[in-house]
Amino acid sequence: MNGIHDMGGMHGMGRVQHENNEPVFHAPWEARTYAITRVLRAGGGRQNLDNSRHQLELLPPAEYLRMTYYERWLTRLINQLVDNGGATREEIESGTPAPGSPKATPAVTAAMVPALVARRNSARRDARVSARFRVGQRVRARNMHPNGHTRLPRYARGRLGLVVRDHGVFVFPDTNAEFLGEKPQHVYSVRFAARELWGDRASSRDFIHLDMWDDYLERA
Amino acid sequence: MMHRRVYKPKMPDGDKSPVGRRGFIKGAAASAAALAAESSMARAQEPRAHDHDHDHQAVPSDLTLRVKALESLLVEKGLVDRAALDAVVDAYETKIGPRNGARVVARAWVDPAYRKRLLTDATAAIAELGYAGGQGEDMVVLENAPKVHNLVVCTLCSCYPWPILGLPPVWYKSAPYRSRAVIDPRGVLSEFGLELAEDVEVRVWDSTAEVRYLVLPERPDGSEHMTEEQLAGLVTRDSMVGVAKVSVVGGKS
Repeated sequence: MNGIHDMGGMHGMGRVQHENNEPVFHAPWEARTYAITRVLRAGGGRQNLDNSRHQLELLPPAEYLRMTYYERWLTRLINQLVDNGGATREEIESGTPAPGSPKATPAVTAAMVPALVARRNSARRDARVSARFRVGQRVRARNMHPNGHTRLPRYARGRLGLVVRDHGVFVFPDTNAEFLGEKPQHVYSVRFAARELWGDRASSRDFIHLDMWDDYLERA
Repeated sequence: MMHRRVYKPKMPDGDKSPVGRRGFIKGAAASAAALAAESSMARAQEPRAHDHDHDHQAVPSDLTLRVKALESLLVEKGLVDRAALDAVVDAYETKIGPRNGARVVARAWVDPAYRKRLLTDATAAIAELGYAGGQGEDMVVLENAPKVHNLVVCTLCSCYPWPILGLPPVWYKSAPYRSRAVIDPRGVLSEFGLELAEDVEVRVWDSTAEVRYLVLPERPDGSEHMTEEQLAGLVTRDSMVGVAKVSVVGGKS
């Protein structure tokens, strides 16, 4: 979707504000929001990483900009709990379970956490899928504007680039985010000259690399 | 403005700059100010500067209360275990952070065979040092050189190599960095205090897929006599994202 999250190349966002000696979390609620999200994610259910990213993209644009990072996470967490039937909005408002609601057993205990954070959950797949492009080939990013989730930023669409690396076969986020299947395919690192993306004011010595699925590319 | 309770945050594992109480309070005050501004539409950039040192009064924010209520609810419903949440927070506050990446970089500087493995199969080479996990499953290492500078961003969200750098800093997730790193990388770098010569090639890497990138910075002049451990102490988080170089004097963050 052509959402506010697709920020590459936008103007007007101001200077980058670097904080020295920045803490991992700026308040306990941020830490708890992160931890609850991780633990519930490990519990399974109808969810995946691509869909979770899409949930953030679906926040209203003004809200997306207003919120801090972990406020977005908290909003998504609440939305997902409600959508998945984990809790009702009334329960979340009150902080107490509805009378007679069932009691579950936590999927993740403290003893399981070291394995949880060290677990590899790669989106790489062993599927035998042939590569449509090869390293060294000139390609064009497709001019596509899907309503749903995509990882092809607007700033690269329609632009010419060079395949510099084939990363192998990965889950395709556009379908996976909608629970329409993994559609595994090759992902390439594609190199674009800054001038191809941004015009003559860009430095001729700057290059931007994007990781692109087969379905995002066409022959140049 | 309503004042909020001061939270004394833990510093990330990779932070080695001495931080006194005033430093802690300043960081906490900045975050308290950001929370206090939560109803303001003007807060497109996070967090705000807040330059005074007094302790704030103990008034919990709406967010603090909301998350407390949410956690109690989920514990009562048997969906989460409090000790498990503590363990997740502890892992990212004290164990998984940029010290891990610094050890990878230092090893690459002293061991040419390791460096070669790191540049050809980063995931396996990083796992040799015991680092693996979520958001670091498929790693690529980008080597800086006198005429090549690499910079990593995620314009679409906040993709970042958690197992070796920990969770990303606020600036990395912020609209200014995400919007500008691809269209004005030299301008962004200069705001970080890094001015690159015209003839240096800048390579920006937008993490649009599940590959995660780590920059291998150049080993600084004057470090020839240093041990691997001392070298690891020089390597900053920012240098491994590509917004800083490594110097023997030591950098910030």
